[in-house]
Amino acid sequence: MATSIERAVGAADPMVPAPYVVERFIRETQDTFSLELEPFDPSAELRFLPGQFNMLYVFGVGEVPISISGDAAEPKKLVHTTREVGVVTRAMRGLKPGHTIGVRGPFGTSWPMEAAKGHDVVLVAGGIGLAPLRPALYWILRNRDDYGKVVLLYGTRSPEDILYSKELAKWRSQFDLEVYITVDRATSEWRGNVGVVTKLVGRAPFDPADTVAMVCGPEIMMRFAVEELARRGVPTSDIYVSMERNMKCGIGLCGHCQLRGEFVCKDGPVYRFDAIEPLFMEREL
Amino acid sequence: MAKTLKIGDRVVVDRERLNDLLSSIRAMGYEIHGPTVGDGAIILGRIDSDADLPIGWRDRQDAGTYRLERREDEAVFGYAVGPHSWKRLLFPPHRTLWQAEREGARFHLLPMREDTPRCALFGVRPCEMAAIRVQDRVLMGGPYRDPDYARRREACLIVVVDCHEPGGACFCASLGTGPTEAGEGWDLALTEVLQGHHRFVVRIGSVRGLEAVREVPWRDATPADLDAAAKQTERAVRRMGRKMDPVGAKEVLYDSASDPHWEEIAQRCLVCGNCTMVCPTCFCVNVRDATSLDGSRAERERVWDSCFSLEYSYIHGGSVRFSPYARYRHWMTHKLASWQDQFGSLGCVGCGRCIVWCPVGIDITEEMETFRANVGRKKEAAR
Repeated sequence: MATSIERAVGAADPMVPAPYVVERFIRETQDTFSLELEPFDPSAELRFLPGQFNMLYVFGVGEVPISISGDAAEPKKLVHTTREVGVVTRAMRGLKPGHTIGVRGPFGTSWPMEAAKGHDVVLVAGGIGLAPLRPALYWILRNRDDYGKVVLLYGTRSPEDILYSKELAKWRSQFDLEVYITVDRATSEWRGNVGVVTKLVGRAPFDPADTVAMVCGPEIMMRFAVEELARRGVPTSDIYVSMERNMKCGIGLCGHCQLRGEFVCKDGPVYRFDAIEPLFMEREL
Repeated sequence: MAKTLKIGDRVVVDRERLNDLLSSIRAMGYEIHGPTVGDGAIILGRIDSDADLPIGWRDRQDAGTYRLERREDEAVFGYAVGPHSWKRLLFPPHRTLWQAEREGARFHLLPMREDTPRCALFGVRPCEMAAIRVQDRVLMGGPYRDPDYARRREACLIVVVDCHEPGGACFCASLGTGPTEAGEGWDLALTEVLQGHHRFVVRIGSVRGLEAVREVPWRDATPADLDAAAKQTERAVRRMGRKMDPVGAKEVLYDSASDPHWEEIAQRCLVCGNCTMVCPTCFCVNVRDATSLDGSRAERERVWDSCFSLEYSYIHGGSVRFSPYARYRHWMTHKLASWQDQFGSLGCVGCGRCIVWCPVGIDITEEMETFRANVGRKKEAAR
């Protein structure tokens, strides 16, 4: 009285992870690291757009959504940067080259790389929020002529917490990219900005009437960043934010990521701010 | 029987022949599930003959209370819905998603055999049929489908039975989801007629339904049969315990996001999640990882979840919906408002389970009216 099916492994079921090999483990800061992954199946490649995320599974431990932080032009090399905040990400820190990790994705909406063409671009990152923005930066640098002035505003806790510091140093020395970094707590050697990243918005060189802003960080930081951008005259319809919610499936079926009618995993995580402004302002929605 | 049956026909099967219908369905290869008496309630179980059905029972349902009682007649379907809903069969509480095996630093996924039972859902109430249609849209209507649900749905045969004994918490009539079946997706729809000779008016909804009835002694339904069935439905509508006005529910609830009344509900709500477990449309799930003791095998299981738990909305740093008021607000707003944005219908079918099985008897119809009145007052004051 039952029909049986032999399920081929991973056969087009979006809930079944594909095995990837850890190629490199990169310690970024004291509590962040990056993983470079390659698929078991050499013909497979994971084409993604800047801003999208994957579900990463550690054997026997669990699965978490992590944004993709590598270069979309190199889909064979999958890069994720994460902070150790829970059981799964702590287990991820213990992974070494040659270890297997499960990958499902890519999921979600992307940064508005098309809509930003021909305009100035301001990237505002808070802490680990720089990771989901890095693919956007790679994209812009590969297609530099498509965009106007490009500014990266990045705020983090202390000079030791600066993510991708070598790359940032390189980008700072480029003439086609403005990089501003600020820290909450300075050390004696720090000669840069001190204070919240939103303060940088006021003095960054861009044309507010002709700018697309991409903001990623803690919700409270994004709220103030949007306020500052709006104060400078950037319409909220030109501001994009990336939302974070609990996610168990990535495909809009588990319910966990709901923000009123939004399934942040598939309708987001990147939203045009004016589309979710009322939801953003309501507490505990 | 000279006349050949076709889809859309209405025939009469006598009560004495109900077992023949069950046998015919079983002969088609289905395992029959339906209402049974168990644990002091009407719960779903396996039906081998009509004797397994709750003959001569009725239920008394109201906010926070449920009792079974004997009836004075031998009605086979003289009760409303119990705590179980059919999602137990179509969308089981536990499902293994995959299994994997470790080899040194690597692991690989194991091939899996999945069984899709051929179930006949016998005695589905119209509100429950409406709930199945809602879950169809949720689990099969989007860009990603739940493959297990789709297989189970395809493999099942559905026999709807109209309600003639609505419960005190029922409000399907006001939502247009009952007490008589008016939608699609079923194979047979029965109306139990108690007046006169105890019989069932049977509507044929599909080829499978046709096949099931063909081998059962039946006769054409007369105008008198149909009239008796219709009268019973009218009576059921009149005796329905509650009502809810769905018009403008979305706007009212969106406008009520900051209403202090949510806090008042939270004073009563135990955030136990019972409402989500008994709700026939709630579809939220969690995943669980398990490993064998020696760590060589791992598997991932999907389990029903509830938006009332703190873990549900947890992201590093804390739960998004930490306050109980926010969790109740999310659930109720989802059922009656945001569900419409997501899936084009209400997420509520008026079955009343959340009212009955709430340990403190929170009543979604009453709360809806309070929010509606508050929004009305606010608009009045703004004038």
